[in-house]
Amino acid sequence: MRQNYRQIKNPKAETRVFNSRIFASVIIVSIALMIIFSRFFYLQVIKHKELLQSSEKNRIRTTSLSPARGFIYDRNGVLLVDNIPTYRLHVIPEKSGNLKEKLYEMQSLVNLTDNEIDDILEKEKQNPPFKPIIVKAKLSEDELSNYVSRKHMFPAFTATPYLIRHYRYTDLIAHLVGYVGRINENDVENLDNKRYQGTEYTGKQGLEKSLEDRLHGQPGQLTIETNARGRVLRTIKEELPVSGEDIQLTIDIRLQQAAFNALGDMTGSIIVANPNNGEILAMVSKPGFDPNDFVNGISQKKYSLLLNSIENPLFNRSIKGGYEPGSTIKPYMALAGLYYGIITPDFKMLSTGYFQLPNQPRKYHDWMKGGHGWVGIEESIAQSVNTFYYSLAPKIGIDRIHSFLANFNFGKTANIELNGENSGLLPSREWKKETKGMIWFPGETVITGIGQGFLLNTPIQLTNALAILANKGKSVQLHLVKNSTFQKKEFELNIDEKYWEIVHKGMIATIHDPKGSAHAIANKNYLIAGKSGTSQVYGKSEEEIYVRDTDIPKHLRNHALFIAFAPADKPEIVVVVVAEHGASGSKVAAPIAGEVIEQYLLKIKPQGVVDAGE
Amino acid sequence: MLANKAQNFNKRHYIDWWLVSFILILIGYGLFVLYSAGGWGLVKKQMIRLALGFVVMLMLAQLKPEKLAGITPWLYVITIILLVSVYFFGYESKGAKRWLQLGIRFQPSELAKLTIPLILAWYFRFRVLPPDFKSIISCLVLLLIPVVLIQNQPDLGTSILVAVSGLFVLFLAGISWKYIFGGIISVAALAPIAWSFILKDYQKRRVLTFLNPESDTLGSSWNIIQSKIAIGSGGLIGKGWQNGTQTQLDFLPEHSTDFILSVLSEEFGLVGVMILLAIYLAIIFRGLLIAFRAKDTFNRLFAGALSLTFFLYLFINAGMISGLLPVVGVPLPLVSYGGTSIITLMASFGMIMSVHNHRKLLKS
Repeated sequence: MRQNYRQIKNPKAETRVFNSRIFASVIIVSIALMIIFSRFFYLQVIKHKELLQSSEKNRIRTTSLSPARGFIYDRNGVLLVDNIPTYRLHVIPEKSGNLKEKLYEMQSLVNLTDNEIDDILEKEKQNPPFKPIIVKAKLSEDELSNYVSRKHMFPAFTATPYLIRHYRYTDLIAHLVGYVGRINENDVENLDNKRYQGTEYTGKQGLEKSLEDRLHGQPGQLTIETNARGRVLRTIKEELPVSGEDIQLTIDIRLQQAAFNALGDMTGSIIVANPNNGEILAMVSKPGFDPNDFVNGISQKKYSLLLNSIENPLFNRSIKGGYEPGSTIKPYMALAGLYYGIITPDFKMLSTGYFQLPNQPRKYHDWMKGGHGWVGIEESIAQSVNTFYYSLAPKIGIDRIHSFLANFNFGKTANIELNGENSGLLPSREWKKETKGMIWFPGETVITGIGQGFLLNTPIQLTNALAILANKGKSVQLHLVKNSTFQKKEFELNIDEKYWEIVHKGMIATIHDPKGSAHAIANKNYLIAGKSGTSQVYGKSEEEIYVRDTDIPKHLRNHALFIAFAPADKPEIVVVVVAEHGASGSKVAAPIAGEVIEQYLLKIKPQGVVDAGE
Repeated sequence: MLANKAQNFNKRHYIDWWLVSFILILIGYGLFVLYSAGGWGLVKKQMIRLALGFVVMLMLAQLKPEKLAGITPWLYVITIILLVSVYFFGYESKGAKRWLQLGIRFQPSELAKLTIPLILAWYFRFRVLPPDFKSIISCLVLLLIPVVLIQNQPDLGTSILVAVSGLFVLFLAGISWKYIFGGIISVAALAPIAWSFILKDYQKRRVLTFLNPESDTLGSSWNIIQSKIAIGSGGLIGKGWQNGTQTQLDFLPEHSTDFILSVLSEEFGLVGVMILLAIYLAIIFRGLLIAFRAKDTFNRLFAGALSLTFFLYLFINAGMISGLLPVVGVPLPLVSYGGTSIITLMASFGMIMSVHNHRKLLKS
């Protein structure tokens, strides 16, 4: 075998085979090179555009520069809301090793509760590991310096500066300005994505929400070139953001403070407005809260305290609280009686202590046992004579009461710059049929005459109506923002001047007549026109009607209301006071209104705008 | 007079000027690209390596092929011993054991790239060709010992290069097409087995990445995606020397070593790639021509196999950086920065040259 094998070795045949293999190699190499060439042709010619874009995307980063939010000032230029620089501490979980351990170590530098640590660890589970988690949204100066001095021990943690919204007056104007909060998933759907790139906060409540568009501003853009490690090499283009518009309110923070103080430790609402131009000078809802708590997300504990508080501090009573107008409706009723010719200016009736509808047994009692004797229109307002209106209201009839009160914007929103206003309730036959499925009973007209039954008004509605009353029929658009851009809805009621005069006289007598229900607040310096009212919290039975309020538990006592304008002959302000569970409009709400009027007319107005307080 | 002198020089010193010129052009082009990718520091170090390689090449060109054949079995035995020593005493880096610390760090698998074609060519030297089944099996045994040792290090790129360089010898020796296709089919059939038992986890990951590069953009396939972006964004004429953003801003990884062709593609475009391919083609065809002209079986086989192996480097590197092939860590020959591969490649050209230069002597 081996022998044969040596003999067969044939150099010529071998050369032939080898040469053919060299040719085959040349062909294979050429084909393989063509494959490579085609691949590069495909990438460099056919896919060139797409891949060139990818390479640009790699190196060019565009970041949005968030605009600074506009400031909010009071009417005199006092700064109410601004932005202050602060530091936030965050951590990238994937860089931290054992996050839990590190957070407990961090406790020695930064005020962190165990609960907060649990929250952070919960977020760690939900977020991707490279996403930074905020450890503390607002570092105090001590905390910052503690952290900075031990920074090297916490490589996964970073403290970054940013501007935080700052509410200089907390519960004083909380409901009015509202607050901003972190943009959440719901907000993302409603906000213009482009305008909010790089922005973390948006208005959530109050003017911060309703004026969001003006306050926010326009974001800028920074186009930079970075390398693969994200290091910035140069700036290609920088477009600076345009800060949000500064907003000036019609509010006078001094008057706001005075009204807030006048309410004492009671809950309720006070609104002061200028009836000549509709500017709201003060709008208090008490109790308030600290809007600063909401900016970076309020803690669950604090939030449930606010939510579960019986005093409901988050509720803006001024525009959302529905109260029976009580006797504050009487001036309007008197005006309706005059307008429809049911009573004449010199009309007088005998008040006997109660009123009965024909053929009905029910007695509608006056607050004064035995009645007031003979009373005219002015006395009926000044002494708040219930029986006068018990008998007047059925004569006008619910249909005319409804349409007359509608002229004063009862049952309508005042359309100020705040969202979520309650439209109150101005009842009618149709309304009752629709919502309750029942006919209107005559007795319901009787109690409507003294502002009870179905009527419900918010303090802002009372203010809106009062401004028309003070202006003798001329309505003004109430507003909170100077240079408001929204459409004004103003009109003038056509009612005889002398009718207005009678009602105004009655309201002046309420304070300045010795028999007037609020004579205690009379002041020699100016005339006040006013009317007290009591808003029922729960209906007293007939037997309880003369039970003294101080004998009832506080939360069941009636709300005390007072409406007033001053100076009565040339009104500069209208004031609405709702003192919840204050029991008596004349004894509790009236002095509060008197205090607010005095503060304004004798102290704040003479000071002018000079002392801005800052 | 001058021509005469040159001829005398050529006769005394065995140099193939064609091959030398092509290699110098390639090296010059490569250094130009390397300067853009890595700066003057790398170019200096690379030049030292190239100079060393050049010396090795010229020295080996002087060696008579029959002397080379004489020491070939010893070279093979030494290679196997070194590869086994790597297995036991090797220096480990990044999870791979490929180096021996012998004063300098030395990679025995590089030596295998030369000794495997040599030993197979030596094996067929006096045997009848085309080889019969028995000698094919013997060859495969000679081949598989080092290949398995290298794959175990693990080093997929080198083991493929070594295995295929051996197969090139068999191919040139005239092994029947029947065996070639049979081999290809059985490799395809055995691939799943190789997947489970031979490939390491990271190698499997690379293959998976190759099959679906978009699956994880920041992980293992980042390299290949960035490389494709670099190549494609270069377009027809490129972004210009030192203007490739993918390279200069570090989006392209390993841009001085394995991915230097991506740099060239980005900065010089398709035109630059075509020039490079033309230079390579010239070198390979010159090598094949030398093998074609050689009369001795040993010379023919190893010169042809080494030329084809040189092409294989190019094919695998260009394929892997453009996403045609999985990333297996094969450098662009004579252009990629660093590695012992420069010395090995220069040595192989030295041996090819010696075949060319000693042709006439053998004839006489």
